Amino acid sequence: MIDVKHLSKSFGDHLVLDDISEHIYPGEKVVVIGPSGSGKSTFLRCLNLLETPTKGSITFQGTELTDPKVDIDLMRRQMGMVFQHFNLFPNMTIRKNITLAPVRTKLMSQAQADDLATTLLRRVGLEEKADAYPNQLSGGQKQRIAIVRALAMQPKVMLFDEPTSALDPEMVGEVLEVMKQLAEEGMTMVVVTHEMGFAREVGSRVLFMDGGHILEQNTPAEFFSNPKEERTKSFLSKVL
Amino acid sequence: MDWAQTYQTLSQALKNGDVLDFGQKSFISFYKAFVEGDRWKLYLKGIGVTLELTVTALIIGVVLGVLVAVVRTAHDQQRPGRRNPFLGVVNALCQVYTTVIRGTPMMVQLLIWGFVVFKTSRNHTMVGIIGLGINSGAYVSEIVRGGLMSVDLGQSEAGRSLGLGYLDTMRFIVIPQAFKNILPALGNELITLFKDTSLVSAIGGTELVYFAEAVGAKTYEYMFPYVGIALMYLVIVMILTALQGKLERRLRQSDRR
Repeated sequence: MIDVKHLSKSFGDHLVLDDISEHIYPGEKVVVIGPSGSGKSTFLRCLNLLETPTKGSITFQGTELTDPKVDIDLMRRQMGMVFQHFNLFPNMTIRKNITLAPVRTKLMSQAQADDLATTLLRRVGLEEKADAYPNQLSGGQKQRIAIVRALAMQPKVMLFDEPTSALDPEMVGEVLEVMKQLAEEGMTMVVVTHEMGFAREVGSRVLFMDGGHILEQNTPAEFFSNPKEERTKSFLSKVL
Repeated sequence: MDWAQTYQTLSQALKNGDVLDFGQKSFISFYKAFVEGDRWKLYLKGIGVTLELTVTALIIGVVLGVLVAVVRTAHDQQRPGRRNPFLGVVNALCQVYTTVIRGTPMMVQLLIWGFVVFKTSRNHTMVGIIGLGINSGAYVSEIVRGGLMSVDLGQSEAGRSLGLGYLDTMRFIVIPQAFKNILPALGNELITLFKDTSLVSAIGGTELVYFAEAVGAKTYEYMFPYVGIALMYLVIVMILTALQGKLERRLRQSDRR
């Protein structure tokens, strides 16, 4: 589904991603873990070209995103993204946050989008917040709305960039619950996270990144019980 | 007390060679400057033109400024390897525009508009509006650019990640949020612009200063016309400042929602 070939990214002289090749298959739940500065967020942001790769190519469903002639907006409509800091639009109501993109991109009419917003909000238990503004919500509520906003575009894959890192501990659960539900429905997901429990329970594959490389990858069960690399072992011993 | 009669008596006394005290002399000057021949109507007319200059020039300035700011931010935020050559040219033009306008005195610009570019035009107010508007646009563009940059980058990333284009992201997400940050600076620009309209008298614009000069030239008495219009400017600026403060307080309230 997403094919990454020889992806490198540097900010100035600083090489963040060093020649990464990876493939993400439909229906997979890939969990990316690793220490801070390992390049995992940059890797994720390269997948929908929020960061422009310095070298290499990214292909999404047969279209090479890194080709300058490709209309990236069209591609991004099929790739939902959830950010660490929610990035809800504070100048709009929740309903408008959710319906703006589907309506503006002519994916559906305002009435259809409103219906979809209501359905999705009900699913995450926030339908009574439709006319509230983002500033009136808690962090966990904001992040659930952000997930709904991305889902309203009916994407084929969802990218999560540390979705629970900016939350109070007691709100982490409600967001993970929504993500788990989404995984059970078969959504293809790439999740950068520090939640090892989530990786173990929901992930179908775990990637461990350090220093701009994917050092090790395995099924969650194997990865957590039987890590091979020294670096992985020392990382896991600190976080588990 | 009948002012006209007092004025008659006093000026008759002056003609007869009587010595008047300070109060009486001031009264004569005041009367000549504002009352005689209904001159106060001239000042009102002047204020009308001054306000007209301010408002129209500000509208031109804001439109120009937003356009220039959007071009310049769009240019700076292009993806590497996908640079638009047309945007490059427009951006260069915008840069020349802001550099020239901000690097030369307002007065000199107005003189060039009035006596070089539009030297045959008799519509001095219109020329003044063009000069002021184009000048203001350069400053507004920097204000707007600062405002656009003050919006968290995550906001436009979120918009783009949903598949919205650059212009839609700007229009629905970034500009509405930037607006709140821009307003105070835009208020200051309005006040500056309002005071700068006085320069339009140099190219024959019939605004407040023009009439004060005319009255002074006719009566050989400049203190009351000039101090008078200074007070008029001051009062209007104070009103504008108060309105600005009120608006900002209201916007801040919506932040605390």
